[in-house]
Amino acid sequence: MTISIDPQKTNNESLQPKGWLRYFSFSLDHKVIGIQYLVCGFLFYLIGGTLASAIRIELASPMSDFMPRDVYNQVLTLHGTIMIFLWIVPVVNGAFGNYLIPFYVGARDMAFPRLNAVAFWLIPPSGLMLVASYFVEGAAQAGWTAYPPLSITTPQSGQIIWILSVLLLGGSSIFGGINFIATIIKLRRPGLKLMQLPMYCWAMLGTSLLVVLSTPVLAGTLILLSFDIIANTGFFNPVLGGNVVVYQHLFWFYSHPAVYIMVLPAFGLVSEILPVHARKPLFGYTTMVFSIMGIVVLGLVVWAHHMFTSGTPPWMRLFFTIATAFIAVPTGIKFFNWVATLWGGKISINSAMLFSCGFIINFVFGGITGVALAQVPFDIHVHDTYFVVAHFHYIVYGGTVFIIFSSIYHWFPKVTGKMLNEKLGILHFIITFIGFNLCFAPQHWLGLNGMPRRVAEYDPQFQFVNQISSLGALLMAISTIPFLINVLLSVRNGKDSGDNPWNALTPEWLTSSPPPVENWEGEAPLVEEPYGYGKKISERK
Amino acid sequence: MTTLDSSKEIQKNNSEVNETHEDFRMFGLITFLIADGMTFAGFFAAYLTYKAVNPLPDGAIYELELPIPTLNTILLLVSSATFHKAGKALLKDKNSESQKWLFFTAFLGIIFLICQLFEYFHLPFGLTDNLFASTFYALTGFHGLHVTLGTLMILIIAWQSRIKGGRLTSKNMFPLEAVELYWHFVDGIWVILFIILYLL
Repeated sequence: MTISIDPQKTNNESLQPKGWLRYFSFSLDHKVIGIQYLVCGFLFYLIGGTLASAIRIELASPMSDFMPRDVYNQVLTLHGTIMIFLWIVPVVNGAFGNYLIPFYVGARDMAFPRLNAVAFWLIPPSGLMLVASYFVEGAAQAGWTAYPPLSITTPQSGQIIWILSVLLLGGSSIFGGINFIATIIKLRRPGLKLMQLPMYCWAMLGTSLLVVLSTPVLAGTLILLSFDIIANTGFFNPVLGGNVVVYQHLFWFYSHPAVYIMVLPAFGLVSEILPVHARKPLFGYTTMVFSIMGIVVLGLVVWAHHMFTSGTPPWMRLFFTIATAFIAVPTGIKFFNWVATLWGGKISINSAMLFSCGFIINFVFGGITGVALAQVPFDIHVHDTYFVVAHFHYIVYGGTVFIIFSSIYHWFPKVTGKMLNEKLGILHFIITFIGFNLCFAPQHWLGLNGMPRRVAEYDPQFQFVNQISSLGALLMAISTIPFLINVLLSVRNGKDSGDNPWNALTPEWLTSSPPPVENWEGEAPLVEEPYGYGKKISERK
Repeated sequence: MTTLDSSKEIQKNNSEVNETHEDFRMFGLITFLIADGMTFAGFFAAYLTYKAVNPLPDGAIYELELPIPTLNTILLLVSSATFHKAGKALLKDKNSESQKWLFFTAFLGIIFLICQLFEYFHLPFGLTDNLFASTFYALTGFHGLHVTLGTLMILIIAWQSRIKGGRLTSKNMFPLEAVELYWHFVDGIWVILFIILYLL
């Protein structure tokens, strides 16, 4: 069955606002929705960053003097939840996915534009609800993992709002995932083969599979948890005969894949950015595709490595250690492919490239500590210490957030038709890179020496190293200033970029910048070789 | 169904945009049902783990009887068949016959829900009595919610399949096919639920 597009029906021009107002409307244009995701996510990033600063100020001294202990718990819970569910997941999937995927598959929009708009508009209300829960009776205090019995015994209203908010955000994520799978598999322009797609499409396909398979399990678990809180059932309440470890299994069945939901799209984005600025084809396209799919499959069967101290039986420890160590293989393949892409390339040192290289460096550190944490004897010692905090910030900040900034520098000309200021961009990179490493590298040492995480007070012997870490956090906070100035100035007064300032070959650059409403004037171009750099034009397909 | 945002270009493009593409709404629905199935899979996994690990405390009552759920299984399986009949009738442009089958399917769904509620009221345990009681109500309740939504959707498409002014015709089968797939999915989940909760 086919659907014919009726020009009369789609013409609802008079009902839609124009100009900047359309970013506040229920717009169905994938480019508008992408920008909505990005800006909304960035605003929440600023809120989450403020909370992170509050945490680092508190930890600059061993006593809990900046805020009371229960407020500290609320702040760290909100920080984690906002950064994961409202900044990284929506931006690295929703924002870039919505903006780029229809270009990459040669379509005029996503497969389900209306569902797409619904998925976005679930985010602002649930985010505001989450932030507002602080003013009700105190926000949730049980961390972003909401482990029972802690989440059952802390004040209820904040925890219930937290659950509701995460359920809505999960729904938004699932709708987005369905849309991406349908767009990539079904909406490809005729003649475009799967193995010709830009790497970001593969990353988003893998990510969306993880979203669709694992997010519903989190939703079910949170529904059971809310029953425990409201209706006094005992699913996860040991006093009533429940089992807390079942919660942990179900939670990590989502939340370990969630790590890949946050980082796989970043893998895809960096695979787009490096070839353009190194003027070389992406090294090992096929191995990249298979390693993404390998990560998807393995990512679903490693969750219990978060639970080595939860009384897991030996066979489970053995299985999950081995499975986790296996993930290092596809990840390593990707890492070597990126390095090989850069090797011998004609590299331009600009902000996008610098942030991508920063990503590669940080990600190696995060990856190495990740393999270390998968080993049971080591994990038991550093479980719930600052070593873990350092590890996952190296992945989600040093990895994904660096790539988000890199992508903003790379695609800003596409979206606005203006260039960003390179000097401010390089300044932004330098402060971010130094600040980030200063903040999180010392935390490895803190963790190895036994400083527990999620506690407002600590042993005075750790004070000096914590202050170094707080100094790094201060630099990270400062680093947003040049970025914001840069974006706000360049949107209005930036240098005109032309349609294709990077001379890139991927399809999104083969239309005007900013693109017209339905992406292409006339038919979408067929790009069989998105990474055909360094070849004579006559040799390109 | 490409939908557009506002712009001047829209007018210009509209003359060219008269393209066709494959209908992938069914594909989207299947993806959604896989996601929905994963929610149930999580619940089943939790229940089976409880069964394996957590003993029933002394004095706690958790006993189920088979007659009503067996009747319910038969009801749902028959309703899947009647739904199929409705689709076949619509394909032959016999709208009123199709509508009759749809109403009958919805009727079976409602009977299922009534039986389910009857069972709830006559069980010797309540929601918070013990872990297994809670899991039982959570699982059957979540499934019952799906049946309720399915029944409502069947009533809607039954209304749509009326002859004059209805939107459901042999040329536009999608609403019926979508609800039918959803209904078979809900039936399939019930069969698994019946085996795990009542028979194991």
